[in-house]
Amino acid sequence: MNRERSFNILRTATAMLAAILVAFIIIILISDQPVQSILIFLLQPFSSGRYIGNIAETAIPLIFSGLSMAVLFQAGLFNLGGEGVYFMAGIAGSIAAIWLKLPIFIFPLLCLAVGAGTGILVMLVPGVLRAKFNANEMVTSLMMNNICYGVGCYILNNMMRDPTVSTLVSYKYRSAALLPTIIKGTRVHAGILAAILCAVLVYIFLYKTKWGLQVRATGANSKFAKYSGMSVTKVIILVHVIAGAIAGCGGIVECLGLHKRFEWTALPGYGFDGAMIAMLANNNPLGVIGAAAFVAYLRVGADLVNRFADVPTEMISILQTLIILLISAEKFLHKYKQKWIEKDIYIGEVQNEGVH
Amino acid sequence: MKEFINLIFSTDFVYSIFRVMTPLLFASMGAVISDIAGTPNIALEGLMLMAAFSGMYFSYLTQSALIGLVMALLTAVLFAGVLAFFTLYYKTNIILGGIALNSLASGGTVFLLYLAAKDKGTSVSLASKTLPNIHIPIIENIPVLGGIVSGHNILTYVSVLAVAFTYYLLKSTDLGFHIRAVGEKKAAAESVGISTTKIQAVALLLSGVMCGFGGAFMSMGYVSWFSRDMLSSRGWIALAAEAMGRQTALGSAAASFLFGVADAVSNAAAAQGLPSDLVKTIPYVATLAGLTIFSVRLYRKQKEV
Repeated sequence: MNRERSFNILRTATAMLAAILVAFIIIILISDQPVQSILIFLLQPFSSGRYIGNIAETAIPLIFSGLSMAVLFQAGLFNLGGEGVYFMAGIAGSIAAIWLKLPIFIFPLLCLAVGAGTGILVMLVPGVLRAKFNANEMVTSLMMNNICYGVGCYILNNMMRDPTVSTLVSYKYRSAALLPTIIKGTRVHAGILAAILCAVLVYIFLYKTKWGLQVRATGANSKFAKYSGMSVTKVIILVHVIAGAIAGCGGIVECLGLHKRFEWTALPGYGFDGAMIAMLANNNPLGVIGAAAFVAYLRVGADLVNRFADVPTEMISILQTLIILLISAEKFLHKYKQKWIEKDIYIGEVQNEGVH
Repeated sequence: MKEFINLIFSTDFVYSIFRVMTPLLFASMGAVISDIAGTPNIALEGLMLMAAFSGMYFSYLTQSALIGLVMALLTAVLFAGVLAFFTLYYKTNIILGGIALNSLASGGTVFLLYLAAKDKGTSVSLASKTLPNIHIPIIENIPVLGGIVSGHNILTYVSVLAVAFTYYLLKSTDLGFHIRAVGEKKAAAESVGISTTKIQAVALLLSGVMCGFGGAFMSMGYVSWFSRDMLSSRGWIALAAEAMGRQTALGSAAASFLFGVADAVSNAAAAQGLPSDLVKTIPYVATLAGLTIFSVRLYRKQKEV
């Protein structure tokens, strides 16, 4: 393993440890029984099959959003539109799941396709504006988030709302459309298979195809990519299509896997989580699975502490910030990297002298 | 429809444009200063949100609106400092740093709100203070004009001053000259003895001050409480305004005015009973459309050259 890579792993591990340490500090400051709360935070998530199931089910949407962001980051694009895509794809897929009538197996697949298609349409707005006219994709994608939310709420309120329920939820999905639970005694649903399959496909796309190479080249140096004859415009649009499809799938998988109706009344927040997970995974699609599992573990832990010890779950956002800042800090732990590299050179020189 | 048109041409409506424009003006000036220095601060949204919380909380604790304002400013400057430290010293990518701060603000304020008020939605249970409205003597009594110009929150007037300050700073001061030099060509600025790190840090801190004012206005002027994600993307709209204003103080202020109009129209339309879910998207649609038109025009111009 080369030094660069092991250094990245070291930095990621340090960031994870720092996040857990900060969680300790927060718990100590707030909780009445700090030791017990910390134990709950660290160990309880592994204490029963149900909680481990919780980690897996929490990780599913995080994998999708992490993959979507990883593809965008690999192309050097900062698009935070995952939020809006999740919501809109959830709405569109839910419409299919409520009003269509199809046999089992095909039904959920079709709903996923509807979600993915919606995601592509939503993502194409910032994508095309960026590719054709160089409009800042971050600002346009964030505007799209708010627009999706408004339009989605309008549809939910006026077309899908179930008047027999007091809270704002849609009609029930047809049971044939639901994603089945695959592990008994938990809520882990077939979406996890879709998520893992998706990660593998994205990995193959990025590292084993010509297009993937173009995406990575554009992200590394778009001028160089242009001069070597790649169409940066095409790459940007392609990346947005893929990211939209993945995030769209994630949105509808979450709806059909965990709920019986469309239940979101606010943007679900997965867009921003995706950015952090992609960074934890160093934009590697397979790494996204691990990163999502780690973040899901933190969430389940924080959730349990919230339930048993009255520490608000929003603690998570403080940990997330720290992780992003530390992982993206090039100079963080830089001294050690420098030392390693110098040592390597030194060893190399000694060996060379031996040869002469 | 007739009622709606009457409403649009009323003094109340024009008054409300200035009201909704205030945070946009502050934030877009923050965006101008930091972007010209070559360190685009995209954490405006988060900084304002933190300032809004801090202003609400400290004015509640001390029962003094002034202390609330000071703490709002300090909070925003402190976190702008965190961003500056990570980007300039640890070489964190400034965009990722901004994303991190925004995420911290969004969750962190809800976290603190819960600890302070046992509520994850709003702070209405905490009796916080608001900054005073100013009635300008003489002008106040002039019909129409008085109704539009007088009686605003003090920070609305400060926001106009902030535009003048930014314009003057960048145009006629040494610091402004250094900021532009560093943003234009870092190496050249360094070669004549300008400390680029220092200048960029100052620019980020100044954008923090602007966000402090913007945030304080939200929780201590626009409304008298704090609610989760209460900035509703105003920080991002300000970034769009800054892009459309081509990084100039006056241009960004003009673009902020346009988005202020869109915001005021959406508020007025909601009051008329139009479907509120859709009406609420007007400012965002306007921003998206504005940015699109601007980018297309810029693209055509560059193509001609």
